[in-house]
Amino acid sequence: MSDIIKTENLSFSYPPDEGKEPVLALNDIDLSIGQGSFIAVLGHNGSGKSTLAKHMNAVLLPGGGKVWVDGMDTLDESLLLEIRRRVGMVFQNPDNQIVANVVEEDVAFGPENMGVPSEEIQRRVTAALKAVGMEEFILHAPHHLSGGQKQRVAIAGVIAMEPACIVLDESTAMLDPLGRREVLDTVKQLNREKGITVVLITHHIDEAILADRVVVMDSGMVVMDGAPGEILVQVEELRKIGLAAPHTVELLYGLRQDGFDVPLDALGIQECADAIVGSLKS
Amino acid sequence: MLKDITLGQYFPGTSLAHRLDPRTKILLTVLYIAALFCAKSFVSYGVVALLLFAGIKVSGVAPRALVRGLKPILFIICFTAILNLFYTPGEALVTFWIFRITKEGIFTAFFMVLRITMLIMGTFLLTYTTSPIGLTDGLESLLNPLKKIKVPVHELAMIMSIALRMIPTLIEETDKIMSAQQARGADFESGNLFQRAKALVPILVPLFISAFRRADELAVAMECRCYHGGEGRTKLHVLQYKTRDYIVFLAYVLVLVTVLVLAHFGL
Repeated sequence: MSDIIKTENLSFSYPPDEGKEPVLALNDIDLSIGQGSFIAVLGHNGSGKSTLAKHMNAVLLPGGGKVWVDGMDTLDESLLLEIRRRVGMVFQNPDNQIVANVVEEDVAFGPENMGVPSEEIQRRVTAALKAVGMEEFILHAPHHLSGGQKQRVAIAGVIAMEPACIVLDESTAMLDPLGRREVLDTVKQLNREKGITVVLITHHIDEAILADRVVVMDSGMVVMDGAPGEILVQVEELRKIGLAAPHTVELLYGLRQDGFDVPLDALGIQECADAIVGSLKS
Repeated sequence: MLKDITLGQYFPGTSLAHRLDPRTKILLTVLYIAALFCAKSFVSYGVVALLLFAGIKVSGVAPRALVRGLKPILFIICFTAILNLFYTPGEALVTFWIFRITKEGIFTAFFMVLRITMLIMGTFLLTYTTSPIGLTDGLESLLNPLKKIKVPVHELAMIMSIALRMIPTLIEETDKIMSAQQARGADFESGNLFQRAKALVPILVPLFISAFRRADELAVAMECRCYHGGEGRTKLHVLQYKTRDYIVFLAYVLVLVTVLVLAHFGL
């Protein structure tokens, strides 16, 4: 599997306030993201996860080290459009990333910028809206849609550019549970069916269960990296950096401390229930 | 309370007026205004009025909606009428104290009111039958030749369409801020004009700050979607003149010529 995004000794610090020492927002990060994978990046506020996301399509440029997107160095300005075409980004606030006042026009915005011919744009818009399940809203005004629907339109706008990778920078943070569900189901499906790499930046640890790899960040460094089943069960370690394990794991952890014989890595709600039932039976 | 604002309102429809190319409609509106300003007297005004009525009929827009659009400028209409009524020199009909109403004054006032009313109605007809996107696309395409003399046509059209897109978002935000301030005891409804204007400050400051923040985020989001100005940009819907555009346009030019000829003979 080839790497779509690769960072090497990546460091970055924001310009400091006057008279203060700069603080490293990213500190020596080495990360490889394989084509077609689904990665969740976890961390509490200020852990550097959003800063890392912004390096993945050259919105921010490395202060030290390198970032490669599909083999292209993000420091090379002549490759900027190519890089952004490969890696699409969905942001937190749906209202601040929708450009047009008709859904189809907004989805077409990316391909229009890339100079795609009209008929091809029309095909892509229809296909992208279909992929996120919003085809019936093609002529709607975005401000009449719900938060989850707006985010799906934003995702369609990215898909219409036919990227290899989508980065969701806390895209579910402002949504209600139903909207979150919609967005997560959509990206999971895109990952599975179209093989699009998904990088999900989030502080909702429950969302990380969907991923096939979890990266945990704290004060600008990657502190844990592995499969959800390995990472999300480390209740003590997660607590130390201000994160709570998923509710299912917390429950199993509590039961274990009370002397029940249950496994910790039953992450899904159904699996968790089965595990508890199994333990009660034996 | 702010939701019913009627700025550049558009009534979706499928009439001939709706299906015309936005560029044709913009040009027609310009011609219509030109005709209106050339009109001299009853006959020429009559021809322009016929044109307006034909437009209203074809568009299927309720005349009541057009009349409603006149409300905000009622004051200007009255003001113009009164000014023209009293200050046009000529043959005096009525004189009392320092006021003098002349025959010419009555005519000028009447035609002025007619002109403004028809001007507003005609331009409203354009915005009622053309979607905001159609309008900006049409303007961009019409002004394209100005790019040669370094007028940033694409940028202006982009600014306009983003402004239109942000209106509902900012109205919603204003509503939210007003409620938040009212919940803390702010009073927007009482006091004299000065006090009321002052009460708006706690709304405007957060609104501006949030608008700047939104602009910043939107700019980054646009860059992430490969936006790099108008260069090499294609369009989802390409504007195309159809036969009906040429026919309607020709008819309009004929009417304009008629008006010019009539006006020349002082009719």
